[in-house]
Formats: sequence, structure tokens, C-alpha cells
Amino acid sequence: MGEKVLMKGAEAIAEAAIRAGCMAFFGYPITPQNETPEYFSRRMPELGRVFLQAESEVASINMVYGAACTGTRVITTSSSPGISLMQEGFSYIANSNVPCVVVNAMRGGPGLGDIAPAQADYFQATKGGGHGDYHSIVLAPHTIQETADLMFDAFDLADKYRIMVVVLVDGLMGQMMEPVEFKEWVDVSKFKTPEWATVGQGDRKERNIITSLEILPEGLEKMNLALQEKYKKIKENEVRLEEYEMDDAEYALTAFGTVARIAKTVVDMARADGIKLGLIRPITVWPFPEKEIAKRAEQVKFFFDVEMNEGQMLEDVKLAVNGKKPVHYYGRLGGVVPTAEEIYGEFKKLLGGKE
Amino acid sequence: MEKKVIINEERCKSCGLCVSVCPKHVLRISDRINSKGYHPAELFDNEGCISCGFCYIICPDMAIQEVRRPEPVKK
Amino acid sequence: MKLIYKKPDAITERDTTYCPGCPHGIAHRLVAELLEEMDLVKKTVIVWPVGCSVFGYYFIATDAVEAAHGRACAMATGIKRVHPESFVMTYQGDGDLASIGIAETVHAAARGERISVVYINNGNYGMTGGQMAPTTLIGQVTTTSPYGRKPELNGFPMHVPEMLAALDGPAYIARAALDSPQHIIQAKKFLKKAFTAQVKNLGFSLVELVSACPTNWKMTPVEAMERIRKEVLPVFPIGEFKVAKGVE
Repeated sequence: MGEKVLMKGAEAIAEAAIRAGCMAFFGYPITPQNETPEYFSRRMPELGRVFLQAESEVASINMVYGAACTGTRVITTSSSPGISLMQEGFSYIANSNVPCVVVNAMRGGPGLGDIAPAQADYFQATKGGGHGDYHSIVLAPHTIQETADLMFDAFDLADKYRIMVVVLVDGLMGQMMEPVEFKEWVDVSKFKTPEWATVGQGDRKERNIITSLEILPEGLEKMNLALQEKYKKIKENEVRLEEYEMDDAEYALTAFGTVARIAKTVVDMARADGIKLGLIRPITVWPFPEKEIAKRAEQVKFFFDVEMNEGQMLEDVKLAVNGKKPVHYYGRLGGVVPTAEEIYGEFKKLLGGKE
Repeated sequence: MEKKVIINEERCKSCGLCVSVCPKHVLRISDRINSKGYHPAELFDNEGCISCGFCYIICPDMAIQEVRRPEPVKK
Repeated sequence: MKLIYKKPDAITERDTTYCPGCPHGIAHRLVAELLEEMDLVKKTVIVWPVGCSVFGYYFIATDAVEAAHGRACAMATGIKRVHPESFVMTYQGDGDLASIGIAETVHAAARGERISVVYINNGNYGMTGGQMAPTTLIGQVTTTSPYGRKPELNGFPMHVPEMLAALDGPAYIARAALDSPQHIIQAKKFLKKAFTAQVKNLGFSLVELVSACPTNWKMTPVEAMERIRKEVLPVFPIGEFKVAKGVE
């Protein structure tokens, strides 16, 4: 603690997960995050923990599912096309109430796309790419430091709610290098097998069955309502966001991840020109900070959402604003990263004759 | 004599496999109907049963719950 | 009276959901008997598949998880890697293991995962109504091969134990059958070796159990067992294809 290390994002993710008590990694190579499994492959055996390169992302998520059923802190990391393959597993994990962490280093799509950074998996992550009424907690850090910090929260939240937590980053954060200061190591010797885990009945009075199957509709509805209760609690207690220069803001940028980082520069540029621009940066994109954005809708003249996709978080912003004020949009697609100047230029166009 | 084969008639689905493998032909499908609507198998010739256990081994529903063999009488 | 056979305690009181004459019940009982005899019941996690045996956890009383279709070997890998002291087995059908799950099966075998796989082969997708499966025989009529399986359209049936035995990871690979008491007794011996391979940490183990599907084969249970002998075993012969040292 207190020591700053210069690290590539993909490696910082692994190091942070390890310090947060991650005991097992199952994953598959995919650009732009290959450094992550490679880092795990070196460090996990050194610590007597589990590393296994699976035969596919489909296998990876099912290995994670199995390990999660034992209550062990487990992670997989991938990028957009690989995350697509995992969707079935996400749905099963959700209705099984078992904890795990999944990192998606988003890249340009659809299809094979490219290996440049993108944010086009927001819908997939927050609205569910898997089938059924389910959610995962989705964290969207905007710097490598924040990513490293949030890895600890990811595992804690996963265990607290017996839920999958997605850490949504992108290829840029994965590949860039920044100074990182890691939190203290979690003491894994304190970990206990949860009462609900399937590890063999042992001394337990009853055996445990973990299944996402319930053949009677009324029974499945009950399971779903229990999930809904859980999600309600999470929405009430776990929303996180950052509001940058919002106190007196007349206009609000909304952005997440890498784009939010660029947006901070845009805010600074506007403020230097005397324009009262601020930024609302959701840190949890699920649960989404609807209340906070709704509140700011009373204050600002319009919202300007910027993303590296066709307009995905845009819809959640619009829902939260609920028609009270205009919500404008600017985005780049296919892995193109917008510059601060570019975004500022678009913002000024919106001001047009208004300012 | 005590029954050599104990059959839980409620579990039986009348598949007939036990009858087909019995080397001594001491099992048959009865006329009774269980609560599921199946005619359960029955041991109708206890004397003739040699306690080989083939019926137990092949029963897919664990309706044949026990097989017993009489102890040899000491002279 | 001396007790010769008794239903194992590890079989629950619940009536099975299987069709009359379906050999799943026989296989379940063999697994339960062995887990009891080898004192493994309280250590066991069974990974159940998608298929007729999807509710298998209602019938064998161990800790259990439900895998996605075909993924049981991956799920079992996840459990065993983080909890090597547990006895981890999968129970899968031919569609689950050899079609959608073939990659997970082959790789678990190649890696020599210390899991035991019970592989039920009845030549069709039973639960969904009898569609063609990787082990459907040439000429066999199913709901998706109504003119009989033709090699020029659908290729040839798949021999999983023979394929896996070519890998170095497995410690015990065998095929047995459930059609007769003699074969069932032999099947139990093979299963015991498979379980021993895991207990002794020797490698991956799999036993294919040639089974029947009276309902979708449109036969009586007795006729279905006869079909196994006459038609299926000539194509899928009983045998031990890989026996590592120490598995006896």
C-alpha cells in the first residue's frame, strides 16, 4: 500500500482481482485483453490458486459457474465476441444466485469487428444479452486506478448479493499504462465455504441443489420474484456515480468509461470559456443513477450524451430525464475514439444561438 | 415363509423387465392397479424363487426394494 | 432370511419421472450403490444435464448442480479445480455429451480432469421427443430422420469412448450396457473402476452405458432391451478402451 506501480490496464485488472481474493480464473485468449489471462497464468500458481485456460468462452463461463456454486471467488475476463458466447452462462448464473465477476474489455463490433476500444456492449451488459428477466451489477470505471479499486468492490458485491458483477472496460483502458496504487490484500485465509454451496453434503443436515430449473410456472414465478426483490435492494443501495462540476451546471454531459474521462477535459475546456458545463458519470450503469439524473433535469437546460456506440446509455438517460429536458447525442462507432475537441465542437453546435 | 422379494407396488410402472429376466418365472404382472394406473409386478411363487436378484438388478424404478435368501437350516 | 439386495439409501423416496422400462433408473441405482459402497455420498457433487435426467437430483441424494446443455464437463471442471477434495461426477445423455457438449467433453478428457462421467447412450434426444442424435444408428428412424439415418446426409454414429481413449488425459474409458442383469453387473464393475480413477487421482474417467428409449423407439421395454442386444451392441461394443495402472 502506498506504492505506485506503472501498469498496463489488462494486468492491473488481474493484480487487483488477485489482491481482492480471487481464487480462480478460467478464461480464453481474446484481444484486447490477452495480458490478463497471461498475468493470471503466472501469478495464480505462485499463490497456490487456480488458473485454467479453457477451450472456449462457452467452456470458461461454465467453469466459472461450477466454481461459483462452491462459493469460491472466481473470475473470467474476455472481450465483446467472447462475452457474446457467455450469455447463456450469465442467464444460468443469474437464476442460480451464485457470485462471480466478469470483465468485458469492449472492442468494435458487431461480429468480428476490430480490436479497437468501443462501448457498444452497454445494452448487452445492462439489458441482458442472455435470456430471461435478470440483471448483473455492472461497474463502469473510467481510469485504470478506478478499475483497480472497483475490482475489490466487484467481488464484495458479488458475494453480498450472490450475483454476477460485470466490470465494463474497453480496449483503451486495457492497453494503456498508468500509475496504479493497489488496495490492501484481502485475507483469503478468512474465507469460508458458504452454507448454500455444493461441495458435497459433508456434515450438513441437508444436501444442496443449485439449479436454475423450476418446471412449474408458479414456482418459477416465485424464483423470479425473489430475483426482483434482490434487484430492488441493489437499486436502493448500490447506485454509484460521479458528478463533475455539476453544482452550478447549466448543461450536463453524460458519459461512462473512457469517454467520461475525455468528457472531463471537455468540461474543463468549456469552463475555461466561461460555459457552465458539468458531467454526470454513472459508475454503476446497472443499477443506473436514474434518481440523480432526474434531479439534475430540474436544473440543466439540456443533456448531451456521448458514447462510443450508436446511443445505448442514451436510452437510460432519456428514461431518467423523462421528457423534462432535451437529451442530445454524439457518438463514434466501430472502435473510433472521439477527441475532446471533437466533442466540444459538437457541444458548441448545440449551443448555437442559445448562449 | 417370509417373502424373498419385496416389491413396492406404488413405484412399479409395469415395464415387465423383471418378469422377462426371472430365470424361474416366479414373477408376473398382477391384475391390481396402483395409484398411478399401472398393474404392478408380483412374486406369485415364493417357494420357487431362488433369490438370484436379477429382478432387483434390472428394475429401473427401484420398485423391487429387497431380495432375501433363506438361511440354510443347520442339521 | 439373509438380505441379498436392498435399495440404496442414496436413492430418494421420490418416484422417478422416467418412462416405464427406461434404464436411467438402473444407472441411477448403480451410481447410488457405488457411492455408498465407496463411502463417497457425503463428498459427492453430481452435475446433472439437460435431457430426461435433468431432474436426476430428485432421485440421487447428493449435492447437485444443474448444467446448461452440454456444459456439464466444464461445470464439473470448475468445481473440481477449486474443490479437489469433492468427488465430482457428471451424468449426461448422448445429445448432451456428444453433440452440443463434445468440445467440453473432449477437452476435459484431454486435460485429464479428475472427474467421472456417466454417459447414457440411447441413440436419440429422448426428452424432446426422439430426434436424431450423434449415436443414432444408420437406418434408424427418428423424428428428424424420418426416412432413416443416411450416411450421405447425416454421416455416421459417433464412438465417444474410442475417440477419448486416443487421448493421454483419461485414466479409464469403457463402454457397458444395461440390457440384461449380466451386463448390468459388468457395468457396475466398470463404473467402480471409473470412480476409483478419480479417488486415486489418476485422471479423467468415462463409462458409456448403452441404454434404451422404449418410448421413442416405439417398443415395449422388453423389446427395447432386445434391440440393444441385436442392433446397438454390434455397432457400440462393450469393452474397456483405456485402463490406467492402479484403476483396478
